[in-house]
Amino acid sequence: MGGIPHDHYVPKSNFEKWLDARLPIVGLLYGTLMIPTPKNLNWMWIWGIVLTFCLVLQIITGIVLVMHYTPHVDQAFASIEHIMRNVEGGWAIRYIHMNGASLFFIAVYAHMFRGLYYGSYKAPREITWIIGMLIYLAMMATGFLGYVLPWGQMSFWGATVITGLFGAIPGIGEPIQTWLLGGPAVDNATLNRFFSLHYLLPFVIAGLVIVHIWAFHTTGNNNPTGVEVRRGSKEEAAKDTVPFWPYFVIKDLFALVVILAVFAAIVGFMPNYLGHPDNYIEANPLATPAHIVPEWYYLPFYAILRAITFDVLFLDAKFLGVLCMFGAIFVMVLAPWLDTSSVRSGRFRPMFKWWFAILVIDFFVLMWCGARPAEGMVPTISLIGTIYWFGYFLIILPILGVIEKPLPQPATIEEDFDAHYPPKAGVADGTATATQPAE
Amino acid sequence: MIKQTLLSLGLALGLATGANAAGGESHIEDFDFSFEGPFGKFDQFQLQRGLQVFTEACSACHGLQYLYFRNLHDEGGPGLPEDQVKAYAKDFFVYDAEIDEDREAKLSDRFPPVVDSTAPDLTLMAKARAGFHGPAGLGINQIVKGMGGPEYIASILTGYTGEEKEEAGQVFYENTAFPGGWIAMPPPPIYDGELEFADGHANDAHHVSEDVAAFLMWTAEPKMMARKQAGLTAVIFLSVLAALLYLTNKKLWAPIKRKSQ
Ligand code: HEC
Repeated sequence: MGGIPHDHYVPKSNFEKWLDARLPIVGLLYGTLMIPTPKNLNWMWIWGIVLTFCLVLQIITGIVLVMHYTPHVDQAFASIEHIMRNVEGGWAIRYIHMNGASLFFIAVYAHMFRGLYYGSYKAPREITWIIGMLIYLAMMATGFLGYVLPWGQMSFWGATVITGLFGAIPGIGEPIQTWLLGGPAVDNATLNRFFSLHYLLPFVIAGLVIVHIWAFHTTGNNNPTGVEVRRGSKEEAAKDTVPFWPYFVIKDLFALVVILAVFAAIVGFMPNYLGHPDNYIEANPLATPAHIVPEWYYLPFYAILRAITFDVLFLDAKFLGVLCMFGAIFVMVLAPWLDTSSVRSGRFRPMFKWWFAILVIDFFVLMWCGARPAEGMVPTISLIGTIYWFGYFLIILPILGVIEKPLPQPATIEEDFDAHYPPKAGVADGTATATQPAE
Repeated sequence: MIKQTLLSLGLALGLATGANAAGGESHIEDFDFSFEGPFGKFDQFQLQRGLQVFTEACSACHGLQYLYFRNLHDEGGPGLPEDQVKAYAKDFFVYDAEIDEDREAKLSDRFPPVVDSTAPDLTLMAKARAGFHGPAGLGINQIVKGMGGPEYIASILTGYTGEEKEEAGQVFYENTAFPGGWIAMPPPPIYDGELEFADGHANDAHHVSEDVAAFLMWTAEPKMMARKQAGLTAVIFLSVLAALLYLTNKKLWAPIKRKSQ
């Protein structure tokens, strides 16, 4: 597998040969773990491991939660309290699962913006990018479905608002909404199907993750320079790369553990900080909360949804909002073809850098807007933010590639690496170096 | 670049959740509770006083439907002796489906649910009303001052101005903490000296409100102390592990980075 030349697994013992002829699983694992990885990867390349960890964490804690949860409108809320109070360690499992979703999304956003900055989406990694976007969409769906299960006020009203979006589609909207809900309104049928799908989707994500990894193991990793690994010979490739095990496994594990320490502090000391307090009130179809706010990770897109407050021609504002919300994600999918620059990494794109920085700020501004009641300046700021979001992908990316004059790139990854760690700066044993002044 | 991204990510998280704040005009006083902060603990005697306040001044209207009587005996809670809890439970009547009748409550029963149908259940109130955070919904007060649901509850109890009005046959009482300013709950009988504590603790409205708010924080989050303890252990363990991995990683990469010949 993979275009980068490297050593392959050769079965030695008789058993290994016997197994390899029937199921080349050891070779597959060896190839996956020993894949040549650009040695100049920086700390933004750790999120993949964090994401994989999150998926496993959510599946394991989720399976335990299901053992004690009751998917019925009359008992769901109480069964969560049962988990929190009577199940041994239940509070820990539940809080980890709840905050684990947030960690998952922090990691996925960091991972996506990493890709957007370093041009990881560009040829030949378009498929990796698209699979990644599918994973992200599946995550959004899973998170939304899961948030409904505790059957709190925000669960209920969030489900009502989000499924209502489908109802905004002209003509066919209402039948679709009824079909999704299993009835005219959010009720027991909705809770049951959401529960079923919430259990299903993580395994779909797991499948997509395997394809995602398969795709980028075929093309090789991108890296901060965006310069490809040399593939002329094994020796040449070895100058640009190190094997994933042990170099990046240990590095990623270190980063993961640091992140988990922060995560443990949040779970231990402020587990409800990221959640909405109203979800500790049992769902009540007769009492609408003052402000219906989705989970933080949907807020930027929620702001885009609400940014459209005017009808255009025969399309009403609500439907346009829905189109914009899904469109905002769809333009990201198209990034590989919208970005016309021949240079991959933002590091060598002096103009792109600034536009990208504004995009990141825009994302956070939209997030803030999504959380605020749609009053005062909020709709206007949301609209400006929405325009920039689309402008970045549809106008700025295509034009920049043409007008921007990129900076010189290093010829090889080795050159970039040596610039950071000059070959003569130290000696192998890591003791005092010649450049260090004497005491 | 990376550091900035992380930083702004963290900030925006704060922004976003802080912004969950509801109304805004209401005034919430910042009480100092013993359980604030990563090392804060429940004060057992305060919880016992709070239980007394709840029993005498709130239970006539409000329920605690997720709390079991046996919880009053739990470590980390009021920690009352078992026989005392048994005797306490006897004063409550709960419906028993098996005999299709009300009977005296036992340790394994939960507190009866809402008594007055217009008064909300209080078990989770301290977590359900934690959504007013600092300036412009920035979530700062919650982090810096440890403001949360208990502050809200205590502020409601101390927030009555004495004004009343009647609307559509319902009496409303002016309250500086309640969103909108007018609450349907009459001022409960906790004001200056109406309750006597066996331990002789101050029984002015401020202290009584604080005690019952602390008790309600415990009913909402009975595992808080175990949680903080586990969190602290996990943070320490993970930090040590991180340090070891840091050193391993450094050593592992040293030959690569220094290009040993
Ligand atoms: C006479 C009956 C009665 C008594 C006694 C009573 N309450 Fe209430 N309480 C109510 C009613 C009614 C409401 C609903 C108020 C509203 O929504 O306007 C309420 C609401 C509340 C709320 C929620 C406010 C909100 O934000 O919705 C809290 C907290 C509360 N009570 C605490 C207490 C505490 C603590 C005590 C005991 C010290 C107490 N109550 C005693 C009737 C009572």
